[in-house]
Amino acid sequence: MECPCKEKKVTDKQKYDQLKEFIDGNRNKKGYLIPVLHMAQAIFGYLSKEVQNFVAREMNISVSIVAGVVTFYSYFKLVPTGRHTVTVCLGTACYVRGANKILDALEKKLGIKIGETAKDRRFSLGAQRCLGACGLAPVIMINKDVHGRISAKKLDAIIEQYK
Amino acid sequence: MLKKSIAQILVGIDSNSVLSGARKIKTRIITEINKQGISDQVQVIETGSIGPINEGVVIGIYPSGEIYANMTEDVIEEFIRERFIKGRPYKKLLLSKKLSTGVDTTTYDSRKTQHYGRIVLENCGKINPEDIEEYIGADGYEALGTALEEKTPEGIIKTVKDSGLVGRGGAGFPTGLKWSFAKAAKESPKYIICNADEGEPGTFKDRLIMEGDPHKVLEGMAICGYAIGANTAYIYIRGEYQLSIQRLTKAIKDAEKLGLLGKNIFGTDFNFNVKIKIGAGSYVCGEETALLNSMEGLRGEPRLKPPFPAESGFLSKPTNVNNVETFANIAPIILNGSEWFKKVGTESTPGTKVYTILGHIKRPGLIEVPMGITLREIIYDYAGGMSSGKFKMAQIGGTAGDIFSSKLLDVPLEYQELQKLGHNLGSGAILIMNETVSIANFLTCCMKFFVHESCGKCSVCRIGTRQMYEAFKRLEKKEAYFDELETIKELAGELKLTAFCPLGQSVASPVLSALKYFGKELVQGVNPDKKHEPVTRENMNRGFKPLVYGNK
Repeated sequence: MECPCKEKKVTDKQKYDQLKEFIDGNRNKKGYLIPVLHMAQAIFGYLSKEVQNFVAREMNISVSIVAGVVTFYSYFKLVPTGRHTVTVCLGTACYVRGANKILDALEKKLGIKIGETAKDRRFSLGAQRCLGACGLAPVIMINKDVHGRISAKKLDAIIEQYK
Repeated sequence: MLKKSIAQILVGIDSNSVLSGARKIKTRIITEINKQGISDQVQVIETGSIGPINEGVVIGIYPSGEIYANMTEDVIEEFIRERFIKGRPYKKLLLSKKLSTGVDTTTYDSRKTQHYGRIVLENCGKINPEDIEEYIGADGYEALGTALEEKTPEGIIKTVKDSGLVGRGGAGFPTGLKWSFAKAAKESPKYIICNADEGEPGTFKDRLIMEGDPHKVLEGMAICGYAIGANTAYIYIRGEYQLSIQRLTKAIKDAEKLGLLGKNIFGTDFNFNVKIKIGAGSYVCGEETALLNSMEGLRGEPRLKPPFPAESGFLSKPTNVNNVETFANIAPIILNGSEWFKKVGTESTPGTKVYTILGHIKRPGLIEVPMGITLREIIYDYAGGMSSGKFKMAQIGGTAGDIFSSKLLDVPLEYQELQKLGHNLGSGAILIMNETVSIANFLTCCMKFFVHESCGKCSVCRIGTRQMYEAFKRLEKKEAYFDELETIKELAGELKLTAFCPLGQSVASPVLSALKYFGKELVQGVNPDKKHEPVTRENMNRGFKPLVYGNK
């Protein structure tokens, strides 16, 4: 995949048009801010200030409302993420089975802390309250693949699968 | 009940087994069967969770009822030959010989479940959740038909009331009573919301219900709609639950095609539409009024009650919010009557409860047990005992649940009995821990979760959770103030009394129960010589670090 910043100038307008189309299609429905933001994040990858401004203007609501919703839900991202998102489950079941050690190992290996993105944009690291795969604890999720019953030793092999 | 062929292989496909490669194995089995030329006799069916969740890919064989676990691609050829050509059990991977009606595979040694059978999970792991005909073959949508044709809305509410069903989301409010409030509301339209925003760490029973038997939830919702006079329903579901969303979407479409949902159901003038709303990840949205705000596209902060959602809920219209498991109980109750339902469980809380059991035990998994069963029975009959070490404590009902010591191993798990002791049953996760887990350490982890998930609307919860977290962190490092435990107790009491919504109030549950049963261990973290320093301008912000979830 190309780095998104290279093609930014070319596709920005198309992206905004796509978002506007979605907003127009749902204009009469009540409570559609969250679906719009889902869509915006799917298009842009994250919700920058510009995108939030755009959504607010198009939907005729104040930016503070949009920003309030964006920052409330953990799904919405305010900064660009890497090509692969590594999520560590820190739910109680995983915690009991040593999720903290996994997190330490990951931070060391990727050289980033929770909520950060590596400089080469390969990985972002995040944490989740519970992925609902407690039977496989401890669990990490990379993009949409869940890797269960991992140990610090197994991490290297798993990480290598994602270029 | 199942489509005709001599034998069926059921492959349990749920989020856990998919990770172990269940889909690949299913394809491989089909290829192998074709290769052996027995495809007209053996049918491969995809189904929901069969039960054991720590055993890799699990498959069941009908009609003999054997269960095989930890299937891998390499053994399939040998397995098919051994089992179907030679016709003898494949002993290497045999987990259990019997998967008969009403018996959970993880509980095959339990007399109780054998006796009562399952209610909510009756079809899970037996029918193909993506095939509506199989659900109909298992008496599906019969309850809805009877309700629409023979019963009045009042009659249905009375049956639900008589059955004594209480909400399975955690608070335990009587379902029939809730429905009668929504029924009594005069405004229209009315809405029904199925709360599938299961966010409690360690709880995923709702997910497995939706993955294993989505139609049962839909049928329960439709009956509720008829009873309270609502024509629109929403399922508010976590975005992470991809497989559930996929199966529910298909289930809704299939039911609409057959006229079981949508317009003029069963030829009556009752219309009922179900839509799916996807959440954006917030624990507090499991609280019903916060959920409503989230559905309206706002920050998921709880609303002031009253007015209750039954009067003014979604878009300020009367709304009835129930948990997935509660809805899944409805169709069996309508079909079999309230007396039948009351035979299971205890007198004050009839019925069954679905739990996910986790932690240091031999067989973690999903179980459905009668209400009133004890923790000891769950650990030793159902979970196969401790996997390592000795039992130290259990947390009942997710992160916001009470912590039980070994003293409470024989208390019946049901709402009223526990209330007498000042405890709550919670959402249905049971986390069992051995002596390697330190209580202060464990609670720090719980509190970190609350700091992150507190929505910030009320200061009690916003500040209180943070103070709790810091106190337990000091206890963990054995440098707590001399009066730390009293402070914690006071703070927990205040949270319980004054927090705006159940999130803040429930912080008190693990804290107070831990103080009660593990006070001696917690005292070890107190440094009796550490006194409070007066706050000055210089030291007031010293050491303050904003908490990012996951950072230490």
